[in-house]
Amino acid sequence: MSGQSNYNPKTGIEKWLDARLPIIRLGVDTMIFPSPRNLNYWWTFGAILAVMLVSQLITGIILAMHYVPHPDMAFDSVQHINRNINWGWMLQPMHAVGASMMFLAVYIHMFRGIYYGSAKNPREMIWIVGMVIYLLMMATGFMGYVLPWGQMSIWGAIVITNLFSAIPPEAAGTAVTQWLWGGFAVDGPTLNRFFSLHYLLPFLIVGMVILHIWALHIPSNNNPTGISIKTKADTLNFHPYYTVKDAFAIVVFLMIFSYFLFFKPDSMGHPDNFIPANPYSTPAHIVPEWYYLPFYAILRAVPDKLMGVVAMFASIGVLFALPWLDTSKVRSMRYRPLAKQFFFLFVLVCLGLGWAGAKLPSDLVFVTGVDADGHEVGLTFVWMSRILTIYYFAFFLVILPILGLVEKPKPRPASIEASVLGTDKGDN
Amino acid sequence: MLKRIVSLAIIASFSAGAVFAAGAGAKNKTQDWHFEGMFGTYDKAAAQRGFQVYQEVCAACHSLKYVAFYNLGDKGAPFYDPEYPNPNDNPVIKAIAKMFTIIDGPDESGDMFERPGITADKIPNPYANEMAAKASNMGAFPPDLSLITRARADGSNYLYSLLTGYEDPPEGMKLSPGMSYNPYFSGGNQIAMGAPLTEGRVEYTDGTEASVDQMAKDVVEFLTWAADPKMEQRKRTGWVVLIYLFLLALLLYGSYRAVWRDVKH
Repeated sequence: MSGQSNYNPKTGIEKWLDARLPIIRLGVDTMIFPSPRNLNYWWTFGAILAVMLVSQLITGIILAMHYVPHPDMAFDSVQHINRNINWGWMLQPMHAVGASMMFLAVYIHMFRGIYYGSAKNPREMIWIVGMVIYLLMMATGFMGYVLPWGQMSIWGAIVITNLFSAIPPEAAGTAVTQWLWGGFAVDGPTLNRFFSLHYLLPFLIVGMVILHIWALHIPSNNNPTGISIKTKADTLNFHPYYTVKDAFAIVVFLMIFSYFLFFKPDSMGHPDNFIPANPYSTPAHIVPEWYYLPFYAILRAVPDKLMGVVAMFASIGVLFALPWLDTSKVRSMRYRPLAKQFFFLFVLVCLGLGWAGAKLPSDLVFVTGVDADGHEVGLTFVWMSRILTIYYFAFFLVILPILGLVEKPKPRPASIEASVLGTDKGDN
Repeated sequence: MLKRIVSLAIIASFSAGAVFAAGAGAKNKTQDWHFEGMFGTYDKAAAQRGFQVYQEVCAACHSLKYVAFYNLGDKGAPFYDPEYPNPNDNPVIKAIAKMFTIIDGPDESGDMFERPGITADKIPNPYANEMAAKASNMGAFPPDLSLITRARADGSNYLYSLLTGYEDPPEGMKLSPGMSYNPYFSGGNQIAMGAPLTEGRVEYTDGTEASVDQMAKDVVEFLTWAADPKMEQRKRTGWVVLIYLFLLALLLYGSYRAVWRDVKH
């Protein structure tokens, strides 16, 4: 795609085709591609995500052959798939559990990108396209969760679509919400359009993934040292060195996936979604899928509804600006003793926000005493969310910009090759 | 550092699981179920007795709409008989279906008619519709039981606790008319369903003594099957897949070591 090509057509038919449609050249140059020789297992999650995306597409297309997007039949059709369709008992949970596994992989992929400075110059576009993919995944996952039309499906849809009603009616908040619903409430038209969009968005993801990989092939991979490739000795060809390493990691990941799929298929979902949707009966506690919980906690941390929605979208929006917010000239946090500690604290904060998102805001994290009426008092989850939300934004808007200017990085190896040959040993 | 993060992530995921397990009522009584664990299967004798409890007690008010009679004789189901791989040929299944009356139609003159059940029929709903069900139960709707053990947190233990958890209300508590006290009920302490199981409520065909505890265990075994009828097939396939992936992983790890043999990294 860039730089010199490694493809030499030998036979007549290859030459003929290469002059007209150089598709073999594209394939060869994608696979025989110089990559840093020191990539660790955190770099295998890109390939894992590609496999999961294909798995989701295949299972999804088959499920769509049997699923009925109608409020009276959607729930029954999912049961029909699980009980009567050949291999349906495997395909439906494979799609549902697979979505969770894909989010697990994408979060690891993103944390890796932040830690090793993969978002920074010259890879800003890889990161931004990646963020678009992540946004599309969030939209796809949300609409997919609505399709089984259980209690959490409809109530999740009601909560999320109502976020847009936080926009004042004068600013078309009501109009936008009703336009999304296709009516005056979450109902059949909503389900039908969510099904249509749930089928469309994954193909947009495929398109963005192609851009993501294309952009990756311009500067090549970042690596654990963060140092740019200088000579050929710094690199290995993607194939066979990383194809075989990725393949091993993919199979290990598939084992974890299989454990959940075959032995704990319900563990990623919510029991209320086995109750058919009922717009007249609100579940005691509406929670989104686990992979949205940190953002749900940020939404509820802000007392004002509109500002909560703004904070939630800002928490994702700020990620787009990461390449410019991290001002350090050093990419890898391996050589940034302070940034490293703030990063691991950030990971804990994200997990903490996820925990808070799963709880009722008034639940107590820990009890400090008893009030005059005998009720237990202590730190509530909404207050924990508030503290963690402040750190979440401070990490991007204050800590990373300032650290880059004041932090004294540790000495870095002269090259990737030097770090590999032991003249400089990394920390893992 | 990595280990610390991984262990924290594991702790966090477990606590997230515990979040969903927390119900409104008293803590569930837990049982060692035959279907638990990676090797768990349904106890067929218990599930058959459980079907009898469903048929003679629960079916008066609760539907089981996703289960057809032939499902009872499928592989992994309570009445599976290896002699009849097609459950429609199984005389036990045919006999069970015949015990139920199915409203079919319309016939040539446009009328609905009654006929005995056949293996292809779904287990019939005791009420014509939801409003009829509510009218017969003072406004409370007896839920369909096909998915009940998956539609409640820790469902099998929950159902067992609920069925064996009826007791007198605590001193000074006034029950609403027609309600019973049950501390395990997820919707509060008062439940519209009166205690359904009483000592000797059914006479088991296999001679087992029909204590409340026994009937509750048996019907939970049956309803857990009804909610997850492919569990045995799923776990069996899961083992084959895991063993295959494990061997493939070994092979790929060997290939990885071989390919990278001469490369320092």
